[in-house]
Amino acid sequence: MMDSLNIIPIFIILPLAGAFVTSLIARRIKVLPDILGNVVTLALSCFSIIAVKIAWTQGTLVYSVGSWKPPIGIAMVLDSLTAFMLVTVNVVAFAISIYAINYMEKYTAKWKFYTLFLLMLAGMNGVVITGDLFNLFVFLEIASVASYALVAFGTERHELEAAFKYAVMSTVGSLFILLGIVFLYSYTSTLNMADMANILAHQGLSKIGLFASVLFLMGFGLKAALVPFHAWLPDAHPSAPAPISAMLSGVLIKSLGVYTLCRIFYNVLGMSQEISSILMFLGALSMVIGVFLAIGQWDFKRLLAYHSISQIGYVVLGIGLGTPLGIMGGLFHLFNHSIFKSLLFLNSGAVEYATGTRNLQEMGGLSNKMPATTSTNLIASMSIAGIPPFNGFWSKLIIIIAAVQAQRYGYAFWAVLASILTLASFMKVMKYAYYGKLKEKLSKIREVPVFMTLGMIFLALICIGGGLLLVPELSKIFLKGATDVITEGTSYATVVFKGVMQ
Amino acid sequence: MIIYLLCLLLFCIGLYCILRKRNIIKIIVGIIIAEYAANLFFVLVAYRREGRAPIFAPDTDITNMVDPLPHALVLTAIVIGLATTALLVGIAMRIYEKYGTFDITKIKELRG
Repeated sequence: MMDSLNIIPIFIILPLAGAFVTSLIARRIKVLPDILGNVVTLALSCFSIIAVKIAWTQGTLVYSVGSWKPPIGIAMVLDSLTAFMLVTVNVVAFAISIYAINYMEKYTAKWKFYTLFLLMLAGMNGVVITGDLFNLFVFLEIASVASYALVAFGTERHELEAAFKYAVMSTVGSLFILLGIVFLYSYTSTLNMADMANILAHQGLSKIGLFASVLFLMGFGLKAALVPFHAWLPDAHPSAPAPISAMLSGVLIKSLGVYTLCRIFYNVLGMSQEISSILMFLGALSMVIGVFLAIGQWDFKRLLAYHSISQIGYVVLGIGLGTPLGIMGGLFHLFNHSIFKSLLFLNSGAVEYATGTRNLQEMGGLSNKMPATTSTNLIASMSIAGIPPFNGFWSKLIIIIAAVQAQRYGYAFWAVLASILTLASFMKVMKYAYYGKLKEKLSKIREVPVFMTLGMIFLALICIGGGLLLVPELSKIFLKGATDVITEGTSYATVVFKGVMQ
Repeated sequence: MIIYLLCLLLFCIGLYCILRKRNIIKIIVGIIIAEYAANLFFVLVAYRREGRAPIFAPDTDITNMVDPLPHALVLTAIVIGLATTALLVGIAMRIYEKYGTFDITKIKELRG
């Protein structure tokens, strides 16, 4: 029993230690940042898969930091939803850190990149694993501050402008989250999420609770880039280096935005009909507006960034439906989107690496010169557009079926429409970038180096095999458990306190 | 009650500053003001009228103590605010080097 508990703090200690060691000694030894970064992310992915097994066999585990028992001490909670998010975050991070070995060569300070990357990873793992509301805020800020610095990593005009805009808006979002935490603390006198859920269920959600939920909706909605709060995303995500774009679009907006929304609204505050309607409406709005803005873009990465908004809309729509099928679809789409969107950003980085441009009109005919990039991009495009048998098809199908079952025909219609428009815009990408005639000045380009190819192929294989997660034996372990954590709502508190007793 | 409203007013001044000012440095100052309003509010929540420091001693009884937890949390929040502000000022300096201006209406190359 003790051994499986000890896995919980590893998810925070390992990347933090990696970041520290990298910044301390790696500037002298040139290959060390690469090795250290990849070993840490590989170890974390292995541990996260072990964590899924532990969460399935042993139920919810609670680690008390410094042996102070919750609700007084800080708790770290490993349940199925946490394990699900840990797998998503760490597997994508591993693929990206392989890719970064070659890609980051063109920047001078590679060790700074790995330091910030591991720091951001520590922040995201911390947000996912913590059971304490203020601790969640601290980890959220660690991940955010590291991501501001990473967006500005190139320190050119556009990077700096985007980073400033992103930093200001995200800081305002964090302030709203902090204010929400203050209101909840003043009402319940506790910060432990399980204890708070207990007290709120007991005392009822008064006006203070409602005000706090609005603040959380604004703050986390801003972090998740739902539509009225999305303005920073299309600037920030394309401006970062490609591995970081992949990390931001792939997992940061999900672990900081969507996961926290689920956890706080379902498990702590308790879901109400109003919040559910708001989430569904915002989700559908993001879905449609994101895709309409994306289809007219000519900048490859900017187009992908708008699609992130649109796909996050699907996730939030599925989760907002509140039915078990809808939540499962939303979570499955969250996992799938983090895989194929990171892959698409890595592809765009590979194209930029080879041709030196992000403008789709200046590309063309790359399919003969870059076969690996083209085929992985084709797989990812078909996944995001929802073509069977790739993973994106299954999750979108589940969300649409769930919407129909919940008699939300309008939302189901918008989901289908957004999917068709997604297909159209990715046909545009494939046509202009990869097929057609090779441009004169691009005749000298070559396929990207081996590690970049490896990272992309690894993610493409998950895209192909992703649908298998719906097989009952696998989904019982991976998806069903995470869905159950959300559907059981505020009885989360009982489960956690049972975990403390063990 | 009035003190909470004043605190809210301070927060609104900060938000106004972030939303309406054109100078990058003034926007950063706005963020600092809003941050301090949030921290001040957190400390006010812990305040007890004529409360005393939360120190246990054998000869005193546990009544009317100030809640110590928010103070610890506000310290953390201030440190986080420091990190954010330092990074923002750093980015602002680099923006000035590249664009030669602090006016955000002139720093508008990303759009579409």
